[in-house]
This record gives sequence, C-alpha cells and structure tokens, in this order.
Amino acid sequence: MSETADRVKKIVVEHLGVEADKVTEDASFIDDLGADSLDIVELVMAFEEEFGVEIPDDAAEKISTVKDAITYIDEHKG
Amino acid sequence: MRRVVVTGLGLVTPLGADVETCWANLIAGRSGAGPITRFDASDQKCTIACEVKAPDHPWGFDPDKRVDHKVQRQVDPFIVYGIDAAGQALEDAGLTEMSEAERFRAGCSIGSGIGGLPGIESESLVLAEKGPKRVSPHFVHGRLINLISGQVSIKYGLMGPNHAVVTACSTGAHSIGDAARMIALDDADVMLAGGSESTVCPIGIAGFAAARALNTSFNDRPEQASRPYDRDRDGFVMGEGAGVVVLEEYERAKARGAKIYAEVIGYGLSGDAFHVTAPEPEGSGAYRAMEMAMRKSGLALSDIDYINAHGTSTMADMIELGAVKRLFGDAVGGLSMSSTKSAIGHLLGGAGAVESIFCILAMRDQIVPPTLNLDNPSEGAEGVDLVPHVARKREVRAVLNNSFGFGGTNASLVMKTI
Repeated sequence: MSETADRVKKIVVEHLGVEADKVTEDASFIDDLGADSLDIVELVMAFEEEFGVEIPDDAAEKISTVKDAITYIDEHKG
Repeated sequence: MRRVVVTGLGLVTPLGADVETCWANLIAGRSGAGPITRFDASDQKCTIACEVKAPDHPWGFDPDKRVDHKVQRQVDPFIVYGIDAAGQALEDAGLTEMSEAERFRAGCSIGSGIGGLPGIESESLVLAEKGPKRVSPHFVHGRLINLISGQVSIKYGLMGPNHAVVTACSTGAHSIGDAARMIALDDADVMLAGGSESTVCPIGIAGFAAARALNTSFNDRPEQASRPYDRDRDGFVMGEGAGVVVLEEYERAKARGAKIYAEVIGYGLSGDAFHVTAPEPEGSGAYRAMEMAMRKSGLALSDIDYINAHGTSTMADMIELGAVKRLFGDAVGGLSMSSTKSAIGHLLGGAGAVESIFCILAMRDQIVPPTLNLDNPSEGAEGVDLVPHVARKREVRAVLNNSFGFGGTNASLVMKTI
C-alpha cells in the first residue's frame, strides 16, 4: 500500500469513526462508510491540509471512493 | 388542562455522569471544583471551574456510551452532554422503543444559555490563521443551541415539538416549564426537557471574569470558592453539564405503569426590566416569578418544604433570599433552602434543569442537599434554614426551584410528589 493510501485511510477512520478494515480502496464514502455530503466536504478539506494540495469543487464532486481520493492526491501533490 | 408528570431523569455534572452517582456525591457534601484542566488558564483572573470529569475519573463522563464518534467530532461538548443526559432520561423512563404513533407525539425542548462557545472560539482562530476555506462544514450546526433537540430527535425518532429555550441561566427551568405546557395544552404527550452548557474555554472564563461575575480570590482553594450566602463569597464558579427530564401526560404515564417521580404543578415567569446583568435590588422579578408559580400550583406557601435557590455565590444571593422571605412570610420558618451551586458550580443554561432534578430526588429520598462553605452567613440570612455544610433528612412534600438569568429573566417551578 502506498504512503498516500495509508494517510488517506487514517484520515477517513478518524473523521468518519469507522473501523479501519472497512476502509478499502473500493469503499464508497457515502454508500459504504456512512458519510453524508458535509462529511465529504470535511474530508476533502482534511486531504488538502494533510497533503498540501488544492482540490477544487468540481474535482471534489468526482471523488466518491477511497481510491478516487488517493488517485487524485497522487496526481496532484507537489 | 392535562396533568404533567416526570417519569425519567438524566444528569451529566461535575459530580457524576449519571443520576445516582451525582446525587450520592451531592448528599455526601463533595465538591466538583478544581483547577481548570481543559486549557492553560494561567493568564486568567479565575483559574478554577467545576468541570465534567474525564472518563478515567471515578465519576467521569464517557461520551462513547451514548454519542456516536462522528457526532462527537462535529459538535461542541454542550451537545454531547445534552444527548447523553436525554438518553439517560429516556432509558430511565423506559421509552427508548416507542411506536411511530407515540413518537409523533413525543418531542424535545432542550436548550442552552450560550451554546457552542468553545467551538466558536477555536474556529474563529482557524478563520484568522488559515482563512475561510478551512472553516469546517460542521461549524454552524455543531454550535447551534437547538441542535441538542435536533440530534436527540434524530437519534430516537422523536417527531413531536422540537424546541430550544435560550434564556441564559434560567434556560433549564424555562425549558421544563414550557415543555410541561406543551403537554398540558395537548401539543405532545411526552417531552424531553432540560438544558446543557459547556463554556469552560478561554473566552468563556475571560468574558464572565470581565463582567465581574466569576470568583477570583479562591484560585488556591477551588473547593471553597462557591459559597452562596457566605459573607466572603465573591462570584460564581463556572460549572458545566446537562440535565434532562422526561415529562409525560399523567394518564398516559399511569396507564403504562411508569415510575412517576413528581408532578409539575406550578410555573412562573417574569422579567426584571432593570439591568442586563444585575438583578433588580428589591428582587421584585424573582418575587413575581415565585408568586406566579405558587398561585398556579394551588398549594399553600406552607406546603413547600424545600427551595433549590438560584444562589450563585454572588451579591445577588441576598436579593433572592429577601424575595423568598417576603413571599413566604411566616412559612419561611418551616422550609429548607439550599444552593447546590456550592457543590457543582453554575451550569448556566443547564442549571435550572439539573437543580429541578435535585429537587425531585430530595422528594424521593426525603433529604435536602447542603449549601457548602456557608461558614458565616451574610446579614439578612437569619431565620431561614440554608442547610449549611451537611445534607439533612426531613420531610419533603413539595419543592420550588428558582432560576434567574442575564437580561433580567426569571423562572420558578413548583413540583410535588404524587
């Protein structure tokens, strides 16, 4: 597992209060991890803070799984 | 008018995170005061408070018991305390599993005096340091006063009236009085009613200290700082926590065989129309609130055995006491009156609800809790049993609870055993 994936999963566990083994790369934030739209806004902010990337609203809207987040961060972090 | 009874109790206080622990500590004469641990208070004029204790303390509060991890992260502590106390009260009443039809007729009236001050403070710092893009999407609804009622209604599916009183330090008493009226007027059959507060944060302590409301000369002796009616009192001790009761229409409670603690029989409200923080010097607002509550109750003045006073350990203590003496006249000799803020501090918006629960437990156990630290009663205190230092066994048939708030708002509740 990549270093990005580790850090993303840690943030998801902390913010959503879910068991770590449920946070697979295919897991959907809303359907599998119990997030609502505001939780996703908060997660995106936490990713921006953690990785020093900017995730614009139109990109954030396309992030629906853990893998989507990891991929976006890996492609855009400095 | 329909009759309204209390069938469930819930408490989160500096003396315990459940009703029985808190009550046992209160009756034993313990104090919840100590140095502030929540933040570094060394630059504050007041460095002590009555904090709700951490989970590893003998009577600490474990938020994981009744509040989801995610909710805990998103909301201020006053909401966490309120959800837990509401859950305790529902469990105590045996009403956690109501039918949909019952839940349409069950509501919430749980308020707060100030709301999410710690979160407003910390998020303001985020705004200043990192800019608007870093402000949490949960900022607003994690701080709003009516979000205890909101969260509790969602958690337990309560679809009746959803309400939240905001009347500073009389919030808890107004919440119970207003909710009792909702049941009496047939808006609901069951109401969770109470108040919660948590403002032990730098700006909360600094603000109340600046208003000259907090004690400042007992920083080295925190357990002696809250001393209502004592001549050396010099301001209140900040408390925190929540109290919530289940109010229920009497016939419904009786029909389901519920444990009935007390009946709410009198509620009085008034405004001082005088000053934003100081009470009217003659106590006319307090007098009129008590007088209205007594009149509605139909009781004789001599029927009241216990008054849980507002008694914050400020100059205002003697104003309230004077109003009690004027209203009760000769009957004042037969009653006991104490301020439990001497033990748990001032819970602000939670105070009236927590203290109403103490009144109910005084009737249940026929014992009145003490006024701690009352070493030298101020002039004017003579002729009233203020229950100094130790709890006292005595007959308690009916009780009066007083709560007064900034802005000049007053509420009194009268309850009796059934």
